[in-house]
Amino acid sequence: MSRRAALLSLLVVSLLALPHFAGAYAISLATLILYFAYSGQAWNVMMGFAGQLSLGHSLYVGVGAYAAGALFFHYGIGPWAGLWVAILLCVLLGVVIGFLAFRFGISGVYFALLTIAFAEFTRIGFDHFNWIGGPGGMFLRVAQRDAWDLANFRGPPLMYYYAMLALTAGAFALCFFLLKSRPGYYWQAIRENEEAAQALGINTFRWKMLAVAISAALTAVSGVFFAFYYNNLFPEQIFHISRSIEIILGPVIGGVGTLFGPILGAAVLTLLSDSITEAVAALGWEIPGIKQVFYGVVLLVVILFLPHGIWPPLARRLGLHKR
Amino acid sequence: MNLLSIHGISKSFRGLKAVSGVSFDVPQGGIVGVIGPNGAGKTTIFNVIAGVYAPDSGEIVFNQNKIQGLRPDQVCAAGIGRTFQIVKPFAGLSVLDNVIVGALQREASVPGAKRLSLRILEKLGLAAKRDLPASSLTLPDRKRLEVARALATRPRLLLLDEVMAGLRPKECDLLVEVFRDINRYEGLTIVLIEHVMRAVMALARQIVVLHHGEVIARGAPEQVVRDPAVLGCYLGEETEV
Amino acid sequence: MPLDLVLNVVVSGVLTGLVYGLMALGLSVIFGVVRVVNFAHGEMMTIAMYAATVLFAALGLDPFVAMLPIAAAFFVFGYVLQAGLINPFITRPEHSQFMLLVAVAIVMVNAMLMIFGPDARNVQVSYQLESFEVGKLLIDKARVYAAGAAVLASASLFAFFRFTLTGKAIRACADNYLGAKVVGLDVKRLYALTFGVGAACVAVAGCAMVLLVEVTPSLGPAYTLLAFVIVIVGGLGSMGGALLGGVLIGVSEALAGLFIAPSAKSMFSFGLLILVLLLRPQGLLGKRS
Repeated sequence: MSRRAALLSLLVVSLLALPHFAGAYAISLATLILYFAYSGQAWNVMMGFAGQLSLGHSLYVGVGAYAAGALFFHYGIGPWAGLWVAILLCVLLGVVIGFLAFRFGISGVYFALLTIAFAEFTRIGFDHFNWIGGPGGMFLRVAQRDAWDLANFRGPPLMYYYAMLALTAGAFALCFFLLKSRPGYYWQAIRENEEAAQALGINTFRWKMLAVAISAALTAVSGVFFAFYYNNLFPEQIFHISRSIEIILGPVIGGVGTLFGPILGAAVLTLLSDSITEAVAALGWEIPGIKQVFYGVVLLVVILFLPHGIWPPLARRLGLHKR
Repeated sequence: MNLLSIHGISKSFRGLKAVSGVSFDVPQGGIVGVIGPNGAGKTTIFNVIAGVYAPDSGEIVFNQNKIQGLRPDQVCAAGIGRTFQIVKPFAGLSVLDNVIVGALQREASVPGAKRLSLRILEKLGLAAKRDLPASSLTLPDRKRLEVARALATRPRLLLLDEVMAGLRPKECDLLVEVFRDINRYEGLTIVLIEHVMRAVMALARQIVVLHHGEVIARGAPEQVVRDPAVLGCYLGEETEV
Repeated sequence: MPLDLVLNVVVSGVLTGLVYGLMALGLSVIFGVVRVVNFAHGEMMTIAMYAATVLFAALGLDPFVAMLPIAAAFFVFGYVLQAGLINPFITRPEHSQFMLLVAVAIVMVNAMLMIFGPDARNVQVSYQLESFEVGKLLIDKARVYAAGAAVLASASLFAFFRFTLTGKAIRACADNYLGAKVVGLDVKRLYALTFGVGAACVAVAGCAMVLLVEVTPSLGPAYTLLAFVIVIVGGLGSMGGALLGGVLIGVSEALAGLFIAPSAKSMFSFGLLILVLLLRPQGLLGKRS
């Protein structure tokens, strides 16, 4: 078995077995790590693969969360059905943004600003949208927290952990196959040099749209998870630009465009920031904003000294070849 | 039969006429050289053929279909491959992956594209470097990679934009051989923009000369290089020959 | 809706808009010359505002007086930021530079949160409660003074770029990086100078703004986005465009606040940004790049 496969299996086995060794707090932390790993991977499809910088991904998390949440809140429609509505809406949104951007030739920083504008516009819009609770928020009923009720996605923290693990593993597998096949090659070609890609017969508009659609769809799922895990949604929180930045921190720190990058980055970031918060609390202080300062500093350090993220040099050290 | 015919192609950029009324034909299986001083409009013609720009007027007929105004990816699908004057490798990808991107134009699966790509890399002498990142290649190798990538799309017509620039005579000769072989054995039609006369004279069976965006001479190589108008535009007017 | 009310709101919007314009001017100068997307622009403005409150609380300095030392400090800070952090990044891809400033912004916002806490702070000077009466209009004195400072600062900036040698050198760098180097200009130093000048603009704008609104750390990202909206609407690289954009946004925000709902006013700005990005990315007065 190759070294990569061996390490991967080790990782999967330890993640599966984690609940046996870990307490409730560790499980919730692990769920959070997986959540960021998953969203980061979803974002990575657009940026790392197709090279389009989106700083407004909170839009899809929010719309996904509110779509499934509202259907449950108002009509009692379960998350599995709500999931499809969420995905559909987000793909539609993504397609609109992508279409507007690519047809009008908006790229790079302007594209990033466009995505921010859409997210902010929606944030303020939802604050005035009373059907979903407006600024006061939407609260989903939690029937019980003991038995595994997959249909309504209600149960103990353990259930959410395994669900997130399954999602993350699924996203990882999907990206792995995408990278190895035509979409992966075409997206990377577009990312590296769009003009050259066109000269080789690639309809770059169509492929960029596909990346946006897939990224939006995957992110929508994380929104649905968010809704049924935290059970309270506020526009100010879920659409806020900090959410968008949290999503990208994992991949940027771990390694944009790589498969393991988002997962590694999410793990490093969450574990370290948690340690800092614990340390500060243990000293009896309460300092709001220290976690975010930490995020900013880590981001700064990584950008300055490890521009390709932590994973590539780590992979070289471990003797695994690229990706 | 002419594989490619362009009639009366004109293109201006913000009022500046880059090319004006350019027409020439490229016979099936032929090799046509396009020469002329810098700024003559040669690359503009290539860009118009390849779909990067739509011409202001004129027509381009390829394989008996009108292709002016098509997008670059549609032009490639129609069967025209091209290289760029300033090479554009996919720097973050390996040499092999670069070519696979091209090969996927005609091959449905990645393994099939890989096989085709390896064959083409062999032909261009890059097989040994297939796993290296494209960013690590020297300029001559990058030019070869550019050609390999374009060839991987199985074009019927290949547009080469100054591929010999910066190559040493020996490297140039090797590349000339590669093109001669593909032309002879696979019937690939070639149009090349070149300043390196060594390559032009060795390959081209017909030459078109552009100056200030217009065709000032065309014909067999031996004739064209003696044409006083051509000499004039390269060397300046002489009062005495 | 009585006309007087609308007129009052419009005038108020214009005056506030001039301060916005100065803030955006700083961004336009930085982007127009150094080509760096300063994602920490709003955060810098917020820091200036906090600095003004601190100087006021500690020394009783009127923000207009505090403008001078704060602008000087910001000039140095901007210079050092560009020279130390950003200049080495010039050759890196665009989104790399962008992310660098995103990181700086994150650190700034949250450092402010850590130091000052989430509660709002402000400055209280006597003339904040007074107004000028111009016919039927009641115009806040503080707003007039703030706008006046903004106009003065902008005029000085125009003069600097038009008439001084350094200013012309900086414009040369903006127009043609390579050409400027060839002619012997120390481009990196000029870039640092430009960033310093842009930062000083932001400092003046911040000191003026603190008379009009309360400061909280969350203003940082909000102002950054606002600055971008203004600069893009007005035209990147156009100084006049930044001021014009500022006034436009100031007025439309004020009117939107009056006719729709106060909290919806930024929604309008974002909608405008989207439209401008799509339809006229060079903005109202910008040149097509």
